[in-house]
Amino acid sequence: MSNVPAELRYTRSHEWVRTLTDGTVEIGITDHAQHALGDLVFVEVPEAGRTVASGEACAVVESVKAASDVYAPFGGEVTAGNPKLADAPETVNSDPYGEGWLMRLKPAAGAIAAAGLLSAADYTKVQDAEGG
Amino acid sequence: MAFIPHTPADVAAMLATIGARSIDELFEEIPPTLRVKSLAGVPPELNEMEIGRLMSERAALDGTPLSFLGAGAYEHHIPAAVWAITTRGEFYSAYTPYQAEASQGTLQMIYEFQTMIARLTGMQVANASMYDGASATAEAALMAVRANRKSKSARILVPTTLHPHYRAVAVAMASNQGLRFEELPYCTAEGITPAASLEKYAADDVTALVIQQPNFFGRLEDVDALTDWAHARGAHVIAVVNPTSLALLKPPGEWGEHGADIAVGEGQPLGVPLSSGGPYFGFMTTRMEHVRQMPGRIVGRTLDAAGREGFTLTLQAREQHIRRAKATSNICTNQGLLVTAATIYMSLMGAEGLKRTAAASHARSRELAAALTRLPGVRSAFTGPHFHESVLLLDRPVAPVLGALAARGILGGLDLAPYYPELGPALLVCATETKSSADLERYRASLGEVMQTARAA
Repeated sequence: MSNVPAELRYTRSHEWVRTLTDGTVEIGITDHAQHALGDLVFVEVPEAGRTVASGEACAVVESVKAASDVYAPFGGEVTAGNPKLADAPETVNSDPYGEGWLMRLKPAAGAIAAAGLLSAADYTKVQDAEGG
Repeated sequence: MAFIPHTPADVAAMLATIGARSIDELFEEIPPTLRVKSLAGVPPELNEMEIGRLMSERAALDGTPLSFLGAGAYEHHIPAAVWAITTRGEFYSAYTPYQAEASQGTLQMIYEFQTMIARLTGMQVANASMYDGASATAEAALMAVRANRKSKSARILVPTTLHPHYRAVAVAMASNQGLRFEELPYCTAEGITPAASLEKYAADDVTALVIQQPNFFGRLEDVDALTDWAHARGAHVIAVVNPTSLALLKPPGEWGEHGADIAVGEGQPLGVPLSSGGPYFGFMTTRMEHVRQMPGRIVGRTLDAAGREGFTLTLQAREQHIRRAKATSNICTNQGLLVTAATIYMSLMGAEGLKRTAAASHARSRELAAALTRLPGVRSAFTGPHFHESVLLLDRPVAPVLGALAARGILGGLDLAPYYPELGPALLVCATETKSSADLERYRASLGEVMQTARAA
């Protein structure tokens, strides 16, 4: 059973979202997602200043067996890509909800509310339905 | 191992398993209007005897002219061992194998090729090869747009001293993917791209600058100044190089302060015969930091579970069988047979042999230009150093002169009128180590006679 912190919100495509005190949000992939991918060997994060649309592929996580896109849960402007992942992609495996964050976004007005994010309980059901 | 993949019974069993009635049903999502019903213009099949005869007749049409034609494909001596080894059954396939790791010998050969090409170009990593120099240049432009993440313009500056076919192929392959190619003028006195021609772009977002060395005219560009100009403005540098010349010239990995970002070229000079224009092969190299944006296959050396050395295809998440539509390219093979020949050629020649070939070609080309420009009505187009080609200006149209030379069994070079009309009657000539003093004298005497006859007429 994978770790699903109660204080975060989630997407059906296995991203997590944390709202920071300054109103920006931090985004990463869930413990379930990192486990399914296996050992990550490369992570590509977006450049600060890039504007992304809801559902747009904006990061890539590559493991020894697959490469997957990570989607923006809502539109906004990228304020940071995690600079540590270029040299230490395995951080996403070891600490997916902490040091392994992928990007920070300044959400467009009203974008979060419209995104239909899931609670931890609902995301756990999504995982269960997928046999995870 | 049998290489007959599926019997009709196999196909029927597979269709039954997935619940499809026919193979055509799997393609139903492609609209009928986009489907090709039948191939027009394809002649009926020929059997082995017929195709053998046709090819012999076509080959005979080439004859055995004395060739001074370069312009991207070069006649060099190929040691007999190169193709004797290349055509052994163990190597004789045009393809990277699909069950790649079962073919350790092929993978090792590609690995050695990559190592040699990386050393020759002074770059950190090479792929398993591309189709040819022109498509490698187009792929390099596409790669630069992915790799240069600071640039948003997808704008590629292309000197007109880059091979005209390479420019045309780059536009054909990449302009529909949003790339913009902008041509830089050359200095008509020197035949190179002056740094001053770049100044109008100084404040612009430029993704990459292409630099061919030696350029299409055989002239040596000021690669250090051009490279540093591009890097100072956040643009990447794509080097297009002749591999033979690298035995003498500074490799792209050492251009300017930081070196080129991508280096590509036509591999034909390395042991591949001219063969009426192909097949040839391209090569591509880059820095390690950009390797995930590189197209094509890459072979790596590793250890197996028992700790033994082995070779494997690596970094495959770039490729279309994993990455699908977001792959770095739709190239999923390499020019296996030609790369085998090139690897054997480089092994036999060694660094010293390649250097002698390059130096002899340079010397022959100088002798040729000196001899021809002593003729009335012939002069050099450009001042400054050349590698093994140069442009001559004639006092009359080039095409009839080349026709008269061809009648004497001499391919006199390339008429530049269709490509560079502003030069007037201009002829691109090449001499490599294959040309003897007697050959050069035969060309000089024939050209003199042809020009004199034309003048008298």
